[in-house]
Amino acid sequence: MSDYQTHEHDVLVIGAGGAGLRAAIEASASGVSVGLVCKSLLGKAHTVMAEGGMAAAMGNVDDRDNWKVHFSDTMRGGQYLNNWVMAEIHAKEAPERVRELEKWGALFDRTKDGRILQRNFGGHRYPRLAHVGDRTGLEMIRTLQDYGIHQGITVYMEHTTTALLKDGERVVGAFGYDRERGRFRVFKAKSIVLATGGIGRAYKITSNSWEYTGDGQALAYYAGADLMDMEFIQFHPTGMVWPPSVRGILVTEGVRGEGGRLLNNKGERFMFNDIPDLYKNQVAKDAEEGWRYVEGDKSANRPPELLTRDHVARCINREVKAGRGSPHGGVYLDIAWIKEKVSSAQDRIKKKLPSMYHQFKELAGVDITTEPMEVGPTTHYVMGGVRVDGLTQMSNVPGLFAAGEVAAGLHGANRLGGNSLSDLLVFGKRAGQYAAEFAKKYGSGSIDEDQVKVAAKKALEPFDRPNGENPYIVQHALQEMMQDKVGIVRTEADMAAALDGLAVLKKRAAGVGIDGNREYNPGWHTALDLDNLLICSEAATRSAIDRRESRGGHFRDDHSEKKKEFSEHNTVIRRAPDGGMQLRREAIPPLRDDLKQVIEENK
Amino acid sequence: MQKAMFRVWKGQGEQAGFKDYHTEVGDGMVVLDAIHQIQAESEPTLACRWNCKAGKCGSCSAEVNGKPRLMCMTRLDTLDLSMPVIIEPMKSFPHMKDLVTDVSWNYEVKKRIKPFRPRKPDAPDGTWRIQQSDVDRVQEFRKCIECFLCQNVCHVLRDHHKHDEFAGPRHFVYTAALEMHPLDTEDRTAYLKDEEGLGYCNITKCCTKVCPEHITITDNAIIPLKERVVDEFYDPLTKLFRMFKPKH
Ligand SMILES: Cc1cc2nc3c(=O)[nH]c(=O)nc-3n(C[C@H](O)[C@H](O)[C@H](O)COP(=O)(O)OP(=O)(O)OC[C@H]3O[C@@H](n4cnc5c(N)ncnc54)[C@H](O)[C@@H]3O)c2cc1C
Ligand code: SF4
Ligand code: SF4
Ligand code: FES
Repeated sequence: MSDYQTHEHDVLVIGAGGAGLRAAIEASASGVSVGLVCKSLLGKAHTVMAEGGMAAAMGNVDDRDNWKVHFSDTMRGGQYLNNWVMAEIHAKEAPERVRELEKWGALFDRTKDGRILQRNFGGHRYPRLAHVGDRTGLEMIRTLQDYGIHQGITVYMEHTTTALLKDGERVVGAFGYDRERGRFRVFKAKSIVLATGGIGRAYKITSNSWEYTGDGQALAYYAGADLMDMEFIQFHPTGMVWPPSVRGILVTEGVRGEGGRLLNNKGERFMFNDIPDLYKNQVAKDAEEGWRYVEGDKSANRPPELLTRDHVARCINREVKAGRGSPHGGVYLDIAWIKEKVSSAQDRIKKKLPSMYHQFKELAGVDITTEPMEVGPTTHYVMGGVRVDGLTQMSNVPGLFAAGEVAAGLHGANRLGGNSLSDLLVFGKRAGQYAAEFAKKYGSGSIDEDQVKVAAKKALEPFDRPNGENPYIVQHALQEMMQDKVGIVRTEADMAAALDGLAVLKKRAAGVGIDGNREYNPGWHTALDLDNLLICSEAATRSAIDRRESRGGHFRDDHSEKKKEFSEHNTVIRRAPDGGMQLRREAIPPLRDDLKQVIEENK
Repeated sequence: MQKAMFRVWKGQGEQAGFKDYHTEVGDGMVVLDAIHQIQAESEPTLACRWNCKAGKCGSCSAEVNGKPRLMCMTRLDTLDLSMPVIIEPMKSFPHMKDLVTDVSWNYEVKKRIKPFRPRKPDAPDGTWRIQQSDVDRVQEFRKCIECFLCQNVCHVLRDHHKHDEFAGPRHFVYTAALEMHPLDTEDRTAYLKDEEGLGYCNITKCCTKVCPEHITITDNAIIPLKERVVDEFYDPLTKLFRMFKPKH
């Protein structure tokens, strides 16, 4: 039954988080008609959960900050695999994008003289994150949402897209269904922006929601687009570990930005024991200096807790493995200790970290103003994704753009905290702008009925197997395996086993079945997500096998050093004509001389 | 492990009714975990909304043992598990399926409220200077996660079905956030009175009691808004002033 309804727009934006909303607003402002599709209700995308802030070198708190420092920090954090065109644009344009949010009604915390306040975060040399307590993402998505609903954008809430439709080389539409009734929809468009976010649901312990099944990456892959850097997955060092039902839920880096220290079960501040060479000149010598940094002393260096996430996560992992962990397999994160330093510590913690206070109090029964938290690494973010042109965000498929977490490039091997929210704004805007330009220039293509039929058939298959395996069981099996075999610490043998495992899971996924009807049926939705998760997992595993070194978010026990021979290319995955997964190494274009110098000056 | 019984509203339209499920209860589990476990073990079609699992997105609103709650923030160890845990969808919105309701009305109401309109920038570089204390005053309202639990309990909507004339507490919070925004220059007072139906609210405070973000909806948002309406429309002096004020 492939009855469907058609909606036509100039630009279709898939995803309504920060990137999608910003893209839709921009496209609409340039005078084209825009459709915006999202799986959840408006305002519920991942962006709403972001806590710590968005990075922009405004220099409000420390006037030594500027785009050059931000650019250098981003490149160092990404271990120089970043698309430097994007890193440059991002550092230059982020301040304007943040101020624009204020123009649209966002209210950030303030400095004493009434400007936007900025806070410290891992890997950022100066206080750089514009924020609102620890609910910056809510402020951001609500501002974009409340502004966006008055810009003439047509929003399709609770719609899932399952395939992109092509006319020759270019994309001309998307196929999907509304979740409420399960009716099929064809969205015809002159250009498409993917803003679907990440792949975190491929792992068991994750800070990500059900939406993060790698749909955008898989849609792009099937449409012939390149996926890049898929081996780089960020494990955030601090997720909750207890009780089991909240395992993985994020504890913002803001806790460490406000002075939180990491301790093992011996009470030792273990982060001081291992400082990477790249950061030797930028870390405090002792706890005292670290605290002065937190308090804004410009002559002090950052405490080691504010090193990049990949490093902190591995240090925690090592403590736990060595038997120095907390009772539930994490380490201690202690913010309560600041009462030794400031008299109104309790108020300060509640004021600066209100939702963390609330979260621990209600979900774990822990009062963070008096006791330490137990934390451990959690799957958080994927640096890799759709390979795009740094200026326009267009993929190698004409008319297909990508922005936000679904796109690759800006963050290289490791993302700095706070660089995602700014990424969404900077590149969301650009994607919207260039997608609109593309639409104006190339006009519409035509929808191929056969492609629609194929997509409809694929979507309905799980109903043909009412006695098939429960899709949730297959999803859980995949999550267990990826966690175990392609997690924080990787080896060739484990990953080879993972590839075998994936082949088996693919067969199982092809056999899942569901009963019930098409109306708001989460079993069906889960069945359809499986293929996306499998594509992303396989891309991540193959890329990780090929990178025989350790760098950023990718750490190999069997190749634990960074290697020169791997420092000059990105790993790229594309679907071969026979349907198999093809991998190639793509050389990184040499850095422009002036940018080289910027990096040199900021060493 | 302990087992508990969950009596969940299941189905659509006329056919909908309670269905019982048994599942194991582990340490620290919340109601949403139980629903997920039931989906994975025995009822993959069981529909509910959720995203963050940490009280940040406002998706998982439902009625647990008759109380409007976020399922992800309701710990099972706070409930009496010797009795079935009753989980129902919100009642003030049209039912769709299982625990999912059609909340689209809220989005339409919001769209009709006049958006933010800032004053001219304070500085030549196009930025504003705002004091933290002015930010703090509206921050409370901006915490709203749009869970619509307040809308769900308000008797004007729940019992009297005034959806066409009454915007509900969520949108009073939204209007208050705009009206008290330090940069905003728009005037929404007439709209509050005539279109949002602020007068229907008789300050029962039920909305405040259920707000998971602990927003003091009535005292801090609704009452000050009511005062504005009174000042503008019923205060004789203001009325006089209005008569002489040039129209713009
Ligand atoms: C708990 C948490 C805290 C974080 N804190 C910070 C922080 O402080 N600073 C920071 O910079 N970053 C932070 N991050 C990361 C950052 O929030 C995310 O990377 C970012 O919000 C992603 O935004 P996005 O616009 O790319 O996607 P999202 O906001 O995730 O939006 C994705 C959209 O795509 C839609 N979608 C997906 N698949 C489909 C499909 N098949 N069909 C239709 N629609 C689809 C979804 O419904 C959704 O609307 C945090 C992340 C988490 C999880
Ligand atoms: S105080 Fe007003 S808005 Fe709140 S529940 Fe009562 S009548 Fe409704
Ligand atoms: S005001 Fe409170 S109860 Fe109402 S929608 Fe917002 S968060 Fe929910
Ligand atoms: S799932 Fe987000 S509030 Fe419950």
